[in-house]
Amino acid sequence: MTVLLAIGTGKGLFLATSEDGRASWQVSGPHFPMTGVYSVAIDTRRSTPRLLAGVTSSHFGPSVATSDDLGATWQEPAEAPLAFPADAGVSLERVWQLAPGPADEPDVVYAGTQPSALFRSVDRGVHYELVRPLWDHPHRKQWEAGFGGQAIHTVLPHPTDPARILVAMSTGGVYATDDAGATWHPQNTGIRAYFLPDEWPEFGQCVHKVARDAANPEQLYAQNHHGVYRSGDGGVTWESIADGLPSDFGFPMVAHPRRGGTIFTFPLTADGERFPVGRRCRVFRSTDAGQTWESASRGLPTGPFHPAVLRDAMCVDDGTPAGVYFGTRSGEVYASPDEGDSWSLVAAHLPDVLCVRAAQV
Amino acid sequence: MVTVLVPAALRGEVAGESQLTITAAGTLRAVLDEMAEHWPRLTRRLRDEQGALRRYVNVYVDGEDCRHVGGLDAPVGENAEVQVIPSVAGG
Repeated sequence: MTVLLAIGTGKGLFLATSEDGRASWQVSGPHFPMTGVYSVAIDTRRSTPRLLAGVTSSHFGPSVATSDDLGATWQEPAEAPLAFPADAGVSLERVWQLAPGPADEPDVVYAGTQPSALFRSVDRGVHYELVRPLWDHPHRKQWEAGFGGQAIHTVLPHPTDPARILVAMSTGGVYATDDAGATWHPQNTGIRAYFLPDEWPEFGQCVHKVARDAANPEQLYAQNHHGVYRSGDGGVTWESIADGLPSDFGFPMVAHPRRGGTIFTFPLTADGERFPVGRRCRVFRSTDAGQTWESASRGLPTGPFHPAVLRDAMCVDDGTPAGVYFGTRSGEVYASPDEGDSWSLVAAHLPDVLCVRAAQV
Repeated sequence: MVTVLVPAALRGEVAGESQLTITAAGTLRAVLDEMAEHWPRLTRRLRDEQGALRRYVNVYVDGEDCRHVGGLDAPVGENAEVQVIPSVAGG
């Protein structure tokens, strides 16, 4: 079985493959050199896996490319795959997220973008249409830009109910629809926004990443801009699960592909000190839905360690046991073939890692 | 006829051609609009979906930076040369 690890960086996409149980890796690339690859997806719902890459050229703008031969060749349509309609008065800046839809809709792919918008494709990610009701939401003009820009960076289709989709944005927070995108409502009750005069607003939170529990789709986990949370009711309300972590700041939040309650994150010290806590390279894992946490870092560097891990630069694969992966802003990528028990280096000296995704292909 | 010089980075969008011949003239907008009909993927590298020239794409009309002579309304004569040059950008 081949495991493919797609690594989006600030200067292109690298593809790593392992044929030996994730013990060793062959790395190719960069594909799309000199573009920022902020989003990547490996869509395995059809018999032929499709790779999708959200690429942004500082000169020539953003686009989405697809590959049906594991990255050997890439295709882009003549017309822009994603484009805001003329009356929106804005232009696409970046594709932050490419999310395959539920298994029952194998041709549906969602894209979260900057500026904050959701797009939907019904042709496996080649062409996309703006989800207009979210764009027209009355809150939109109050969504603010963080340092990375104002973007929908998380899209979580419900695995069994195609009418339900959850998105998260910085800033703005969590929004959800129960009617296939016709109406959207904020879901931030319990998530603190310490940087606002009202620290418990209806919306305006800076949610960094949300992950959905594999066994219970109503259970969600969020890494916030300070704050780590769990929801047991599909995101309607949230409670803190930060107590067992060395810090409540960080960017990624990743859930195990099958086992409920197992999640991973990479804490940083604080908003004003975005280094790993104690300057140590440590992944934290919980196997009880965030009630307790443990460092799962055997094999990671033990010396002083300074790079951060960005929101989409951590992922799991669908193997047994599950593989876990993360990449750093200093261009190292690490893999664990055993759910975080041990780690080894996949690649070093790459450009800054923006996103990773992995799957058996 | 207007001649459009294509930078090396974009020649893959036009089968390797280094220059294109456009019949439209009058304004740079007219030239780019005609280019979009024939080479939409090339043109969307130069303009966003609202029609604006991308920030780090420079276009010169007979040697003049179009941004100094009217932007997309820059006059383009019938035998003009339009040169597309990526600006110095990136790290």
